[in-house]
Amino acid sequence: MTPKAGTTARDWRSHPPYIHPDYKSTVLRGPRKPLIPIAQTLSEVTGPVYGQDSVGPLDNDLTRNGARTGEPLGERIIVTGRVLDEAGRPLANTLVEIWQANAAGRYVHKADAHDAPLDPNFFGGGRCATDGDGRYRFVSVKPGAYPWGNHENAWRPAHIHFSLFGPSIATRLITQMYFPGDPLLPLDPIYLGTPAGARERLIAAFSLATTKPGWALGYEFDIVLRGPAETPRVP
Amino acid sequence: MAGKQTPSQTVGPFFAYGLTAEQYGYPHTSIAGPRLVDGEVDGQRIRIYGRVFDGQGKAIDDAMIEIWQADAQGRYAHPADARSSNATFKGFGRTGTGTDADNRFVFETVKPGAIGDGQAPHVSVIVFMRGMLSHAYTRLYFADEVAANSADPVLGAVPEERRDTLIARREETASGVAYRFDIHMQGDRETVFFDV
Repeated sequence: MTPKAGTTARDWRSHPPYIHPDYKSTVLRGPRKPLIPIAQTLSEVTGPVYGQDSVGPLDNDLTRNGARTGEPLGERIIVTGRVLDEAGRPLANTLVEIWQANAAGRYVHKADAHDAPLDPNFFGGGRCATDGDGRYRFVSVKPGAYPWGNHENAWRPAHIHFSLFGPSIATRLITQMYFPGDPLLPLDPIYLGTPAGARERLIAAFSLATTKPGWALGYEFDIVLRGPAETPRVP
Repeated sequence: MAGKQTPSQTVGPFFAYGLTAEQYGYPHTSIAGPRLVDGEVDGQRIRIYGRVFDGQGKAIDDAMIEIWQADAQGRYAHPADARSSNATFKGFGRTGTGTDADNRFVFETVKPGAIGDGQAPHVSVIVFMRGMLSHAYTRLYFADEVAANSADPVLGAVPEERRDTLIARREETASGVAYRFDIHMQGDRETVFFDV
């Protein structure tokens, strides 16, 4: 087996552990035995290649891609940022997929039983590819908070789900972006399950420069994926 | 400027419409699904299926499974694989466990060839679900590749008594060859997960 120069290791000081009892579902679902380290082979330094050719013209505009009779209700937002590797290099033409609740905190998902209205003009899913500087950009409405069953009076802070591939399966990441100043963040076991000192990276910054006058508030959210490794990683 | 890794967060239950909309019947396209093959792809058609069990042995109905594999000639559709030439086979599949009556994931694909670096034919598997804040990597190996498996360096790094959790069982069915690969998140039969 020839190790290929791939990515840095998953930084477990940044990522949440599998078992975080305050988030109750982790207790029966997270692996219990230690992970077994393996050297990265061609199987780990490759991964699915999706970019601009996977994106349709309205895919990055959630205020239009689910519209039937007009615009969705809610506070219009622009969410943009750069996808970088740990060395600070931009990852160009890499796919970013997002999904989110509507402004009332309701998902179109059939199993979402929250007693809040669906919006006939909002679907809540989108995707785009990064440009040459690694930048992505979405237009949407600010998602609402919603209750969930983890504990008494539990509410998820407003968030947008992000899914990214990067250059290989080792750089795969699914995460959530939060909004600055949300009073639910210090109460949320999913946010708090992330190590202190790292979880703050999940909060977007309000940006007046991104804000479009008279039209939409702007938020900046950069995403850093693993790698590159300076030398092949051997356990 | 160097940065630190953005932390992972759970995929939650609502990936169904966000990432697997076509499978779940939502009005949104999907970049990938459970079918990796169309009519043009070379290789032996196989089905890969299984269930994902929690610590109480319950089949999970809101997990999302992704697979990544080489084509029948052992080539990855990726720039890092200089031999890549099978443009019609992308090698990536994604499916949720919530649309099958038995909570199975079911992929239609081809059996991957050996890459040629000493590893046995295998499929990389990534497990996501509500209740997991970070995803988990595992690998699927084929029960009918006994000699190759015994020489595989990754399997060799796994304690012998746990290797079996990575071996998919071959089944002959009316619609062709299937490989069953159940994933146990916890317990005596906990699947081996890798720090990749």
